[in-house]
Amino acid sequence: MKYLKYISLVLITTLAFQSCKSDKKSKDDITEVYQCPMQCEGDKTYSEKGSCPICKMDLTLVENNSELVEDGGISEESIFNLTSIWHTEEGKAIQLKDLKGKTLVMVMIYTSCKAACPRLVADMRHIESQIPDEKTKNTQFVMVSIDPETDTPEKLKAFAKENLMDDIHWTFLQGSESGVREFANVLSVKYKEISPIDFSHSNIISVFNPQGELKHQQEGLGVDNKDTIETILQMTP
Amino acid sequence: MKYHAFRILLALLVLQPMLFAQSKGMVSIKGNRYIPLYGRDSTVVEVKDFEMDIYPVTNAEYVAFVKKYPKWQKTKSIKLFVDDSYLSNWKNDLELKDSEKPDSPVTYVSWFAAKDYCECQGKRLPTVDEWEYVAMADETTKDARVKPSYNKQILAWYEAPRSNENSIGRTPKNAWGVHDLHGLVWEWTLDFNSVLITGESRKDVDKDSNLFCGSAAVNATDLMNYAAFMRYAIRGSLKAKYSMKNLGFRCVKDINLK
Repeated sequence: MKYLKYISLVLITTLAFQSCKSDKKSKDDITEVYQCPMQCEGDKTYSEKGSCPICKMDLTLVENNSELVEDGGISEESIFNLTSIWHTEEGKAIQLKDLKGKTLVMVMIYTSCKAACPRLVADMRHIESQIPDEKTKNTQFVMVSIDPETDTPEKLKAFAKENLMDDIHWTFLQGSESGVREFANVLSVKYKEISPIDFSHSNIISVFNPQGELKHQQEGLGVDNKDTIETILQMTP
Repeated sequence: MKYHAFRILLALLVLQPMLFAQSKGMVSIKGNRYIPLYGRDSTVVEVKDFEMDIYPVTNAEYVAFVKKYPKWQKTKSIKLFVDDSYLSNWKNDLELKDSEKPDSPVTYVSWFAAKDYCECQGKRLPTVDEWEYVAMADETTKDARVKPSYNKQILAWYEAPRSNENSIGRTPKNAWGVHDLHGLVWEWTLDFNSVLITGESRKDVDKDSNLFCGSAAVNATDLMNYAAFMRYAIRGSLKAKYSMKNLGFRCVKDINLK
């Protein structure tokens, strides 16, 4: 009984320290950022007060710097450059960049699919189950419909419930036909409508880092999810 | 009375172009059902009425486009949408190399760029089915695929080197009044990524019995149409950010039924 007390005490202290650590880290992230008021060097910022090397004006403190840094943080390869509008299973209209800040695990499916999709869904659930809870918080599992006509937000919501994928870290997206085609091309996913309710399509699960850059793709059905899981674990805080 | 008839005739003549209003540089394509090489289940597909650019988009037109939309300039375009060879026959952001002709078809463009170009003109890229539908015409017949001369001529064109450096409009116009579908450059299509005959398709596509390798050939509807095979094969191997020397595009437009 005494041991148990000690163990729990140790656990609590380590937990407390851990949370301290993470607090500190986030504080460190928010540093003051200075920028030339004329933006002589574009978006270039300085971490200290001073004057612009080009126009010699005093650098000014950038307000809301965390957001600015994040905005500048989108690289050329980020999928957050896509501007198409999507509807979630909750009926909310979003852009992909609204998913920024979390590791994204994405797959393209359609809900009336009988052959491969259930296995893709199973793969996604298997991957999700291998991610510890504290990392799941920082991960978003996204199912993008390749059949936007049939897969309305209501239908996606029903599918989510039916497949026990209705938690907050699951998102289902309905796009426009052109948005879906564009997104598929970013993922190099191929698909074709072969009848009004049937598509053939590539089976690819893609992992993006919180900045929206493609880090890993897993192709095929029933393949080993190990690499995908490892990528997610590595990238997610 | 005679005068009256003349007036009606005059009115008809004036109205006629309005009735059959066509966008500048485009021709109307009357839709129909046909069997493409690879259709839905390799059977009949339906193409609705639409308008198609008579010529592929030229270098000069693309210069005007990037002036208006700087995000598609060579150094400003982002890596998500273009690869390293994007506009590699250009001197800088706004000028072609001196060796390039303004009235040659624009090439070294990615699918994303081509799609945006068309959308900025209020148009779109043609689907594979639409493109193939118009491209099966020769100079006199709208479906010339059965003619040996049709296939022979296209293959001869495909063999000709450096055709991308030619000017637009040098090949005879087909029965629809469209130039250069064959004999100049390959062209992007809106849904090129619906062609599932990639090398990897054996493992990454669910209906894998449908469209790969040997079975692709068995499924195809017209085994003599080698030229079409080549087009579908190249579509299957493309990725949307790729740019190629001999790959350009043209736009189409839905016909608005007001």
